[in-house]
Amino acid sequence: MQFWIIQGLNSLSLGGLLFLLSSGFSLIFGLMRLANLTHGAFFMLGTYFGATALRAYSGLNIWVTALGAGFAVAAIGGLFERLVLTRLKTNPLGQVLVTLGMSFIISDACLVLWGGDSIPVPTPHNLQAPTRVLGFVFPTYRLVLVGCAIAAAIALYFLMERTRLGAMIRAGVDDRQMARAVGIPVSNLFTIVFCLGAGIAGAGGVLGGPILSAYPGLDADMLPLALIVVILGGIGSLLGAFVGSFIIGFIYTFGTALFPELAYIILFLPMIVVIAFRPQGLFGRVGA
Amino acid sequence: MKWIAAALLAGLLLLLPLFAGDFYINLASQILIAAIFALSLNLLVGFGGMTSLGHASYLGVAAYISALLTSRYGFGHGAAAIISIAGTIATAAFFGIIALRATGLGFLMITLALSQVLWGLAYRMSDVTNGDNGIAGLTRPMPFDISLDGAAAFYWFALIVASIAFLMMAVFVSSSFGSSLKGVRDQPRRMAALGFNPWMIRWITFIYAGFWGGVSGLLYVYYNKYIHPTSLSTTSSAEALLGVIAGGSGTLGGPVVGATLVLLLKNYASAYIERWNMLLGLVFLFIVLVMPTGIVPGLSKLMARLRRGSR
Repeated sequence: MQFWIIQGLNSLSLGGLLFLLSSGFSLIFGLMRLANLTHGAFFMLGTYFGATALRAYSGLNIWVTALGAGFAVAAIGGLFERLVLTRLKTNPLGQVLVTLGMSFIISDACLVLWGGDSIPVPTPHNLQAPTRVLGFVFPTYRLVLVGCAIAAAIALYFLMERTRLGAMIRAGVDDRQMARAVGIPVSNLFTIVFCLGAGIAGAGGVLGGPILSAYPGLDADMLPLALIVVILGGIGSLLGAFVGSFIIGFIYTFGTALFPELAYIILFLPMIVVIAFRPQGLFGRVGA
Repeated sequence: MKWIAAALLAGLLLLLPLFAGDFYINLASQILIAAIFALSLNLLVGFGGMTSLGHASYLGVAAYISALLTSRYGFGHGAAAIISIAGTIATAAFFGIIALRATGLGFLMITLALSQVLWGLAYRMSDVTNGDNGIAGLTRPMPFDISLDGAAAFYWFALIVASIAFLMMAVFVSSSFGSSLKGVRDQPRRMAALGFNPWMIRWITFIYAGFWGGVSGLLYVYYNKYIHPTSLSTTSSAEALLGVIAGGSGTLGGPVVGATLVLLLKNYASAYIERWNMLLGLVFLFIVLVMPTGIVPGLSKLMARLRRGSR
């Protein structure tokens, strides 16, 4: 019983982390029709920023660090979008290849700057004491992480559904040409959404740090998870990313615990089933 | 003119081991292997309009099966080669069924995810694949009792295989099936309306490309006598894709030129700097931004303009 509850909570926290990773990917894909293969690298960059800052200043608050790293990664993403991606507007394949090239550059730069050893990220002091859930001891930080993901999901929902910016983004997703015609600055929206997506990934990287720690290859570990989540949930759908994240969180955690060698195969079984019966994903719209 | 040039090139390739040193012969063997791999990927990318980011799967599957069968289960090279090619075809058929549910970016993402799954397996199932240590101590086959351990012998062997591969793929794309493939790439709806089955055409091409990917994987493992999970990584798929795009997708010569360039760059760059991945990324940015159609189409356009100018 203890095993199931502990692993269940672990699944929830991994799911929360995956949502922070994949929601940005999904947003970017929805608006820009761009499979951003740099996303894993943005996440890793956030983790390294967080690890460096938190280890250098032991009094630093992890939430402030996540915010700062999020802005830093968003700035890098914004520069990349403005300088490179906008030149390739008419060449969607070129855009994907460029994001792939960028991910190689970032991951190699991280290797140069931070070396090949993994750098642990300290858990915040006030969250180090374990919490008792239904009589079982559980690390508090992981529970807080789930709360973070839910808060991020609610914030993104309000941003998309209740603000003027969100309305413009939705208009751009539905019909780019028409949105341009009625005066919505779609190109600026592209930059904003790309920064937002990169920023969430960067902040998520910091928050995931205490669980994952920063190591070379983190990007290659996270990118396929993000891909599987959005393929499963439906590309471009926020709800899909949310549900997909927790499904994959559960499958991956239990898969690794029960069949450690086959975890990777178990991970992609749900993807196959969904693609076979609903190619657009659980919550995707047809043709997305 | 064309025939003379082709004959000269063929003679040069055939006689290369007579005047080049071992280092260059080995480099040429690697280029041949990379060229078969890039050509097979080009069937998907250039002629089929299906950009795959997981083509290393087929190279890796064939190489791993052959390595495991020969080193651990005592199979002969002939039987191991047949089984590993059959395994590669089965993998490609299965992955094709999944990936071809989508087109465009969805296809790309699914192929990437699937190949990452294989990469993860090669890394984590360490009691089968030896994990990060890779499988070492492999041997080269001895077709007709001829040893391939010398650089020249292996080069000629690779040259024969590469020539067959090039011809077979050239026949494939110039056949009526190849024409229907290009039709499906450009106008899938019209092709469906004409009574063709776009899905089946794509799937057959996917398997055929996987087959030649597997052949290059066999050569790869024979050449290196070693296999490591990095051969299955995204970097490996991306290098091949870069070769195809840099050389010019949808042409027969393009991928060969592109793969040669990528390999030379990798070999010479790694002699001076350690940062191959960063360089690969920068080359990607450069190629896509500066010459998106590739070297071979760019050059042939230039030649056509020069010829018109001289008249």
